[in-house]
Amino acid sequence: MTEKGKPLVEVRNLVKHFPITSGIIRQKKIGAVKAVDDISFDVISGETLGIVGETGCGKSTTARLIVRLLEATSGEVRFEGEDITKKKGAELKALRRDMQMIFQDPYSSLNPRKTIGSIIAEPYAIHGLEKGEGARKKRVQELMDTVGLNPEHYNRYPHEFSGGQRQRIGVARALALAPKLLVADEPVSALDVSIQAQVLNMLRRLQADLGLTVIFIAHDLSVVRHMCDRVAVMYIGKIVELAPGESLYGFPRHPYTGALLSAVPVPDPVGGHRKRELLTGDVPSPANPPSGCRFHTRCPKAQQLCSDQEPPLVDKDGGTVAACHFPLTREEADSRLPALLTAANAPAVDAPAGAA
Amino acid sequence: MSTREALLEVDNLKVEFRTDDGVVHAVDGASYTVRPGTTLGIVGESGSGKSVSALTMLGLTRSKRTQVSGRILFEGRDLLTLPDDELRQIRGDDIAMIFQDPLSSLHPFYKVGQQLIEAVLMHRSVSKAAARDRAINLLELVGIPDPHRRVDAYPHEFSGGMRQRAMIAMALANEPKLLIADEPTTALDVTVQAQILALLEDLQQRLGMAMIIITHDLGVVAEVADEIAVMYAGRIVERAGTERIFATPHHPYTWGLLKSIPRLDTPRSEDLVPISGRPPSLINRPSGCHFHPRCPYVREEHRRIDPKLQDVPGEFGHLVACLLPVELRRRVWKGLQSGQTPEELRHLVDDKPVPEAVAAAPPGKEAGP
Repeated sequence: MTEKGKPLVEVRNLVKHFPITSGIIRQKKIGAVKAVDDISFDVISGETLGIVGETGCGKSTTARLIVRLLEATSGEVRFEGEDITKKKGAELKALRRDMQMIFQDPYSSLNPRKTIGSIIAEPYAIHGLEKGEGARKKRVQELMDTVGLNPEHYNRYPHEFSGGQRQRIGVARALALAPKLLVADEPVSALDVSIQAQVLNMLRRLQADLGLTVIFIAHDLSVVRHMCDRVAVMYIGKIVELAPGESLYGFPRHPYTGALLSAVPVPDPVGGHRKRELLTGDVPSPANPPSGCRFHTRCPKAQQLCSDQEPPLVDKDGGTVAACHFPLTREEADSRLPALLTAANAPAVDAPAGAA
Repeated sequence: MSTREALLEVDNLKVEFRTDDGVVHAVDGASYTVRPGTTLGIVGESGSGKSVSALTMLGLTRSKRTQVSGRILFEGRDLLTLPDDELRQIRGDDIAMIFQDPLSSLHPFYKVGQQLIEAVLMHRSVSKAAARDRAINLLELVGIPDPHRRVDAYPHEFSGGMRQRAMIAMALANEPKLLIADEPTTALDVTVQAQILALLEDLQQRLGMAMIIITHDLGVVAEVADEIAVMYAGRIVERAGTERIFATPHHPYTWGLLKSIPRLDTPRSEDLVPISGRPPSLINRPSGCHFHPRCPYVREEHRRIDPKLQDVPGEFGHLVACLLPVELRRRVWKGLQSGQTPEELRHLVDDKPVPEAVAAAPPGKEAGP
């Protein structure tokens, strides 16, 4: 694996606009959905970086841009120091070995006509590795064992497996080529609660055992806190806050992060009590985002400056970067969070599982 | 429970569907009561029968292939024996329901206002103009901005959160005494979910209606419910007041649910404690306690004996269906609370020599993950 502490992925001014067209025969471009709009961040080797946000904030698009399933409109994605947005052909194919993806829906992401043995062996077939029937089968069965599947089920079909087991098949396939980067896009949101924990524990174990670098995308803030070393919060195509997990959950600086955390239902009727801060209205359309700070239309702290000028993503102490003119104070953050949360996150007692 | 008059009393409800693969025992002897103005939360995973019991209440599972028994008393009348037309009088009037997916529950061809007006006219003999005014008032009540204009919008012009608000408005059209919400916020983003939950709580206080909230999310019920029923494989395995069920749960499945979800305040270094295996088939249910194949505290006799939902001694209003002795259950939960794993606590169960393996393979042909 690459050296720890160094960035494996550097994203610089990444932009993805999807054109909106009108007309049937001659399609005219009449606008653009600004799915990802000028974001920059690093993914440190060996860490798990979480990306959270609500529907349509651009978190999945960001993931797909990084693994080149989508072409960026502009900007750079550097992987081990090299810009990969322009790579083509054999170069791109070689790159694909180093970055793999796990998808949300374990039902539609596995070919129903193939045995799981051949699904997991597919990466070897594509890249011409592990030639020879015996060697390939042995390797696939090792992978199945790694993700907690019975290797004897090599010749079974996806429909014979439950949702949680299918997600394990997807993980085994992603690990086949020993990638440096694993991108997991909502890997547990389609699973029942009791099954979720099985998959989350497995992912955490694999991440630790194999020293993987993981980008973990989810809308569930509790899951992200459990899985990630650092967390980026996105809102309408922008990163509004990026911080180590303990800081983000203990002392959110961006009012949007504060509102998100305040909104999470807490399974504790006593310790979960708080003044729930409700955002008004809905998320504005990314085709026509608000001026200035994109959150100003729903922000309880918004002032004139917020609609005039876009706040830069800058350091707000404690390793937190946030894009806000008027970040939350300690008191404001505390009043938004359930008491048990501030108590659990305030002193940085959590084991630092990676780079900060 | 019986000291105050119940609005709804479900007594030993059983719902079975005859299918080509066999009889599906969707609900198997569920009993609960809902008092006026209170909220019951029904929690369970997919296929636990939590929605079917509510749908049956409104007659929405009636079919030749459905076998229903038991009683559902609403203000003293048994909904199960009411003829279709009388039930239709109650449905949408005294009892209303909101569903998970607001897009597929609103008709895409009709304006939101028309659909609201229909709900009013169905049960009230008022003029169309009066019904339209009522529709506008309802949209305002559920917090839709600019209701005079929005009343003439189509569902596709609404966002997900607004559609759910419109659904709630429709359910409230005739000021129901009981509102059933089936996964009302599952399809919504977390900030919108918070808005909808706050709205439901606020409306409940203002209108004094009772609610049943069906969900898989323990966080949601912790925030809104007064009482919680946990369902597993068609049965209620535990029922208690909300604070009690989170403070001193007594069923191993409830422990499993509480310990398998990551929380905002658990130390990150702690691993989650998943429930092994997966939910059973409702056609071929496990013998004895239905949870025994997944229970880390199973004893030999649990494979044969069917537990009854019984009072927990010393905890008024707390019912549980578990064969473990009550003192043992208290000790196990204490252990789990202090971070011990089910494996570490297993010895408490094994004080009697039982040669059986800890976790038997779950039913079905494949081994559990």
